[in-house]
Amino acid sequence: MTAAEDHGSQEAHEDLDSFRQRAREFIRGNLEHVGPVRLGLQHRPDDEELATVAREREVQRMFFDAGFAGICVPLAYGGQGLTPAHQRVFNEELVGYEFPAHLQIPTFSPCLTVLLEYGTEEQKRRHVPAILKGEEIWLQFLSEPSGGSDVAGALTTAIRDGDEWVLNGSKVWTTYAWWSDWALCLARTNWDVPKHRGLTVFILPINAPGVEVHRIEMLNGNREFCQEFLSDVRVPDSDRIGEVDQGWTVCTRWMFHERMLYNSPFVTVPAGSGRGSAGSLTMTDIARDAGRIDDPVARDLIGEAAMLEVVQRRLEQRVADGIATGALSSQASAIGRLFAGVVGTRTTTIAFELAGGAGAAWTDDDGSLTGRGTDFLMRQTAQIGGGTTEMARNVISERVLGMPREAALDRDVAFRDVPRGRPGGDG
Amino acid sequence: MIVDPTSDQELFRETTERYLREHVPVGEVRRLRDDPAGFEPDYWRRGADLGWTSLLVPEDQGGGSISGDGLVDLTLLAHEFGRHAAPGPLVPVNIAAATLSRATHGADDAVLGELLAGTATVAWCVAEPPPHDRLGDIAVEVKTDGADVVIDGIKRPVESAGQAGHLLVTGRTGGGPTQVLVPVDTPGVTVAPMHTVDLTRRFAAVTFEDVRLPATYVVGEVGSADRQVEHQLRLAAILSCAEAVGAMQAAFDMTVEWAFDRYSFGRPLASYQALKHRFADMKTWLEGAHAVTDAAAAAPDDPRLVSAAKAFVGDYGSELLQDCVQIHGGIGVTYEHDLHLFLRRHTVNRALYGTPADHRQLLADLERKVDAA
Repeated sequence: MTAAEDHGSQEAHEDLDSFRQRAREFIRGNLEHVGPVRLGLQHRPDDEELATVAREREVQRMFFDAGFAGICVPLAYGGQGLTPAHQRVFNEELVGYEFPAHLQIPTFSPCLTVLLEYGTEEQKRRHVPAILKGEEIWLQFLSEPSGGSDVAGALTTAIRDGDEWVLNGSKVWTTYAWWSDWALCLARTNWDVPKHRGLTVFILPINAPGVEVHRIEMLNGNREFCQEFLSDVRVPDSDRIGEVDQGWTVCTRWMFHERMLYNSPFVTVPAGSGRGSAGSLTMTDIARDAGRIDDPVARDLIGEAAMLEVVQRRLEQRVADGIATGALSSQASAIGRLFAGVVGTRTTTIAFELAGGAGAAWTDDDGSLTGRGTDFLMRQTAQIGGGTTEMARNVISERVLGMPREAALDRDVAFRDVPRGRPGGDG
Repeated sequence: MIVDPTSDQELFRETTERYLREHVPVGEVRRLRDDPAGFEPDYWRRGADLGWTSLLVPEDQGGGSISGDGLVDLTLLAHEFGRHAAPGPLVPVNIAAATLSRATHGADDAVLGELLAGTATVAWCVAEPPPHDRLGDIAVEVKTDGADVVIDGIKRPVESAGQAGHLLVTGRTGGGPTQVLVPVDTPGVTVAPMHTVDLTRRFAAVTFEDVRLPATYVVGEVGSADRQVEHQLRLAAILSCAEAVGAMQAAFDMTVEWAFDRYSFGRPLASYQALKHRFADMKTWLEGAHAVTDAAAAAPDDPRLVSAAKAFVGDYGSELLQDCVQIHGGIGVTYEHDLHLFLRRHTVNRALYGTPADHRQLLADLERKVDAA
């Protein structure tokens, strides 16, 4: 049984109206009203970031104490055992209020969902309640410098040593690693079998001896992405997730949950929050600040951004409903991923276009025009992060439409014999 | 089409699907190309028995829905109309039936009865020639003159005007809209056929020259039908989208099948990544079109949803259909292949009830209102 199917087994749930009433009272009585939120990476000073995360841990603890943490997580692990519909109600009531933004992705999805689906009873009892209380923030040790999309080509190696495993290698694109707590890590445990059959998943604390975290500076000055170097990191066998060499089974569900993004029933996020650099509601601000609000061309762009935002939200809902009812295969989540990526880049372009000359040079007094240029430099992140849109297109054509798979030279070959690029080549 | 129809809705949809497959297969659609009406009266009358004209009409007026939401039920039929490029004035008749069945004044029970029975049709005269061809722009005048109204002006394109017994005319009295149910044989009414890209849909330019009728022919209020007309336009946009999505679905399914069957250089087209990625894009647009259309059908008075649907289905649907043509190659632009039946239907629907650009302007207005609030 998958984590997402679990709510079906619950008997009588609290009805949605009384849940909504309870959620509304809690939210209005305890949380700060902050207005519309922008999801995605923000650029701000480190001390501010750490203070924000500390507050978010507190808010998560308040959710836990009030019975709103892990709405779709089984009761046995400290969750509420309710349904995605309850989560949606909570998200609707949360609009305009503070929430633990940094704890959602990847902690609740995909990390928590992977623990629920593949963790041992002991692992779940140890970590799930801690996550729900805001005590553990997780991240993914998944991508490697040697290859971004080819996840199963991981080179990070785990070698068994008695009751422990010794890990060596490097992981990259680990958002927030510099202040997170635990990681879900994919490592190679067998080089003598084809690549998908020699992988194993582990969990480890980020401050474990031998883990070195480097922060990477992005084009917009953001330093939230990190790279880790693992040198003889020792992990007890009891911190292994799933069977030895069966890590790809875990990984398939891991990446499914990753693609669900903010649409996962395990993620708490105010309904209708815009992703990316500028939600479509701010397009009007940008056009006004640029003096183009009455320009029909600008209005056409504003209309296009609004259209894309509406369609994106409805499409995500349709895909989630279709997967939940079985009308669509779980691979259909790639449809939402592809559309989100394309919409993200297009709306960033529209915002840049509306900003006019301020896209090239601006002052701190330029209101909503500020930062449009740097956003534009980072535009493609919407189509790269969380699996590239090229990979999503492969998944849709091959797994959803059933078209022939791409030829691969690494199938049915021992992984050690698979051709690899120059060491240090970036992926 | 909705992702989770009830079994009643599914049965309802299948009944029309089977009827269309049997009575208007592509051969029949092609034959109707040269038919002046574009559909057989008996075909339409029997369709009415399947619920084609009654879903937007309340039960006490002789209508009724399957699921409790007649508009959602009707989008299932519109979807099948698109999937089969089916003939018949589905949109205008349903708009007229919805309007007549709810009007406080001027409702002609006999006309409504004929619509429900499928024995007559009504054409909706709403669009106008340039410079009044933008969505919602109305210049046709409905003047009051004692106990009469007098109509002057031109409406075009009007779907199925040449086949209709009555015209539901949306004009303007002073500052606001007025709607009049005009018998098509009223002196001063001229119906001139227009050319179109659809094989079975017929459009006409309708000229009103000093058309005089008693004021009892006015449907609803004189000069203040704003909300009613906006509502009708949203309903028409939703139905037009549902039908357009059906056409997209048919073309997409046909092209996927082609990609598996057609071999070049010893491989099926479906094995080329350059094409696979385009199919992935098309699948995404198709699902997005379904999603936003169904959302609009469930909330027809949300103008943001309706305009997003009309703009998206129009723009992205055209891209999808034209890419289906491209992937077919030369055969895709021949009359002998069936693909064009769906391209035609989508193309007509894109341009009616507001172009994508019209709806983007509406969306921009709505954004500004939200922003100012």
